[in-house]
Amino acid sequence: MKKIPDLITAEKFVEELRRYQKGSISRRQFMGATGLGLATAVLAGAVPGLRPRKAHAALSGTVNFTTWPSYFAQENLDKFTADTGVKVNVAVFGSNEEMLAKLQAGSTGWDVFVPTNYAISTYKDLGLIEELDLTRMPNYDPASQEQRFTAEGIIDGKTYAVPKNWGTTGFVVNTKNVTQVPSSWKEFFEATQGPLSGRVMVHDYQLTTIGAALKALGYGFNSVDEKELAEAEKLLIASKPHLFGINSDYKPSLISGDAWASVCWTGDATQLQRDMPEMKYVLAKDGGEIWSDFYAIPKGGQNLDAAYALIDFLLTPAINAIEVKAHGYPSTDSRTNALVPKEMLDNPILYPAAESLSPLEFGAAATLTNPLRAEIMARFKAA
Amino acid sequence: MSTHTRSPLVTGLLLAPAGVFFFFMLILPLLVMLVFSFGERAAAGGYVPAFTFDNYLNLPARGKAFLNTLTLAPLGTLLTAVIAFPMAYFLAVKVPPKWRVVMLVLVMAPFWTSQLMRYYAWIMILGSKGLPAWLAWIGITDVRLLNTPTAVLIGAVYGFLPLMVPPIYVSLEKLDKRLLEASADLGATPWHTFWQITLPLSLPGVATGSMLVFILLMGDYILPQYLGGGKVFFIGNALVDLFLQSRNWPYGAAVSVALVIIMFVTVYFYMRFVLGKTDQRRAALV
Repeated sequence: MKKIPDLITAEKFVEELRRYQKGSISRRQFMGATGLGLATAVLAGAVPGLRPRKAHAALSGTVNFTTWPSYFAQENLDKFTADTGVKVNVAVFGSNEEMLAKLQAGSTGWDVFVPTNYAISTYKDLGLIEELDLTRMPNYDPASQEQRFTAEGIIDGKTYAVPKNWGTTGFVVNTKNVTQVPSSWKEFFEATQGPLSGRVMVHDYQLTTIGAALKALGYGFNSVDEKELAEAEKLLIASKPHLFGINSDYKPSLISGDAWASVCWTGDATQLQRDMPEMKYVLAKDGGEIWSDFYAIPKGGQNLDAAYALIDFLLTPAINAIEVKAHGYPSTDSRTNALVPKEMLDNPILYPAAESLSPLEFGAAATLTNPLRAEIMARFKAA
Repeated sequence: MSTHTRSPLVTGLLLAPAGVFFFFMLILPLLVMLVFSFGERAAAGGYVPAFTFDNYLNLPARGKAFLNTLTLAPLGTLLTAVIAFPMAYFLAVKVPPKWRVVMLVLVMAPFWTSQLMRYYAWIMILGSKGLPAWLAWIGITDVRLLNTPTAVLIGAVYGFLPLMVPPIYVSLEKLDKRLLEASADLGATPWHTFWQITLPLSLPGVATGSMLVFILLMGDYILPQYLGGGKVFFIGNALVDLFLQSRNWPYGAAVSVALVIIMFVTVYFYMRFVLGKTDQRRAALV
């Protein structure tokens, strides 16, 4: 049963209309607040010709949403369920390799998932993701997106994934325990083997961990050169006895004080800094990674309508702004950025100065699937 | 007991459900694994048919993981048995019968909570704000417990104790108490009686419990992942990586085959040794 909104005055209607035009509320909120939604629904129900083909009323069941840890606002998912009646099942993963492995093995039951820029072409080549029908996501506006973050979702002119947010890979340091804060990956690994021994964490993810080691040695983040990778392996294995742990879920150990520094993604740094101002996020001056995450729909999903509805919902600027507030990663959508609180826009973790971004590289598709890098990571962990 | 002769057809039909289950759930997967282990990794990961021994020749690359597993799993099993035995003995011999069931249930109680929750609790206890903070308070500073082999061993004992106690308890409870009296009558000290009679006759329980714990520890990856922090690396972790990260199914299959063979050989010789000892003892006593 939907609650029938009270009658709306002309002034209030215009006010809501202005808010909708400015983009501070979504179309759905506008329809809800003004009662237009209900009126349309009643009309549509009464006049067969007006019946929408894909109305939210037609949605049901559950949508299985696979994403990364602390990467969504629970209140948004709850609202989606309240609006559509579709239950959202969230599963979190640790790496793109893990997601790829699951999808390759088949029948995941996922409806929506969150691949990173460099993974999309592999999914497309392996026939694991659907081409997206943008007409089913009216709240997504390609024109308001920053080009460098959207490009990899489009292959041969066809859209396979729509951008969620972007971010960087640097490292976080607890300045309460660490006075000499490293400024580069070279210093990061030196500190690991020196004064920070037993207190440093690296990701359980070859792309970022090997990438960081390669940068420390002065090589490219995406190198697949055998000799360079051999050197990176040597550095990692030499650092291993000095590491506190190898884990992509590093926040708990940093909060508990067991670890004092870790390879870190933007949003984790934002979230850590909220409660612990002593946490400093560093974009290494010798380089690192810049990336963007996307929403995509795997082939063989059971609830395609709900999958489109969920992505469309989450990309609605007002909703997306709540997402950004929760996960602390910068949005790729200028409409969303307009709604994000000023203190977040001014936060250099989220929106770093252009010059600190310039040494960063986007991960490449070949970096993700390179068998040698995978084997080196496994050997490093088994060492 | 009377013996009826059943027609082979009836016997076959009775065995069919178990046989079919066994074939599809054990034999077939093992065969698939064996076939895969001679294949090659597909370009983007997975499996392509081939016939190569490379995966087996590459096994030393996971030597450290095998070594970790083959030292920490037996050690963890031994520690668990050493701690479980007095508990089981106390339950079976000292506790009044009316309390026994309650106490046994209490031993099993930790199993009612998810394993992950219990490991998270141990992360708190062993982390720097837990036990090490207490130790620092009495002057022992800079103790690192979390993400060490010690943490994994503590987790193993804690996690698997409820599996070890019941089988030992059962074998001690079944123990013919007249043998103990006879031993005492014949002048043996309590220690001698324990060493000569109680322990050897309870060995089947110890063996069963140890096998349960050992097999689970050999294949475990959650315990080393959580309390070892990715630094204490078991074969189970290597397998997770090979299937879920690097997507090298054939190599993963070869590592699995090696693990199955090692387990099979260890368990076979262990059981033969322990059961042989018990039989000798029983034969000597009766």
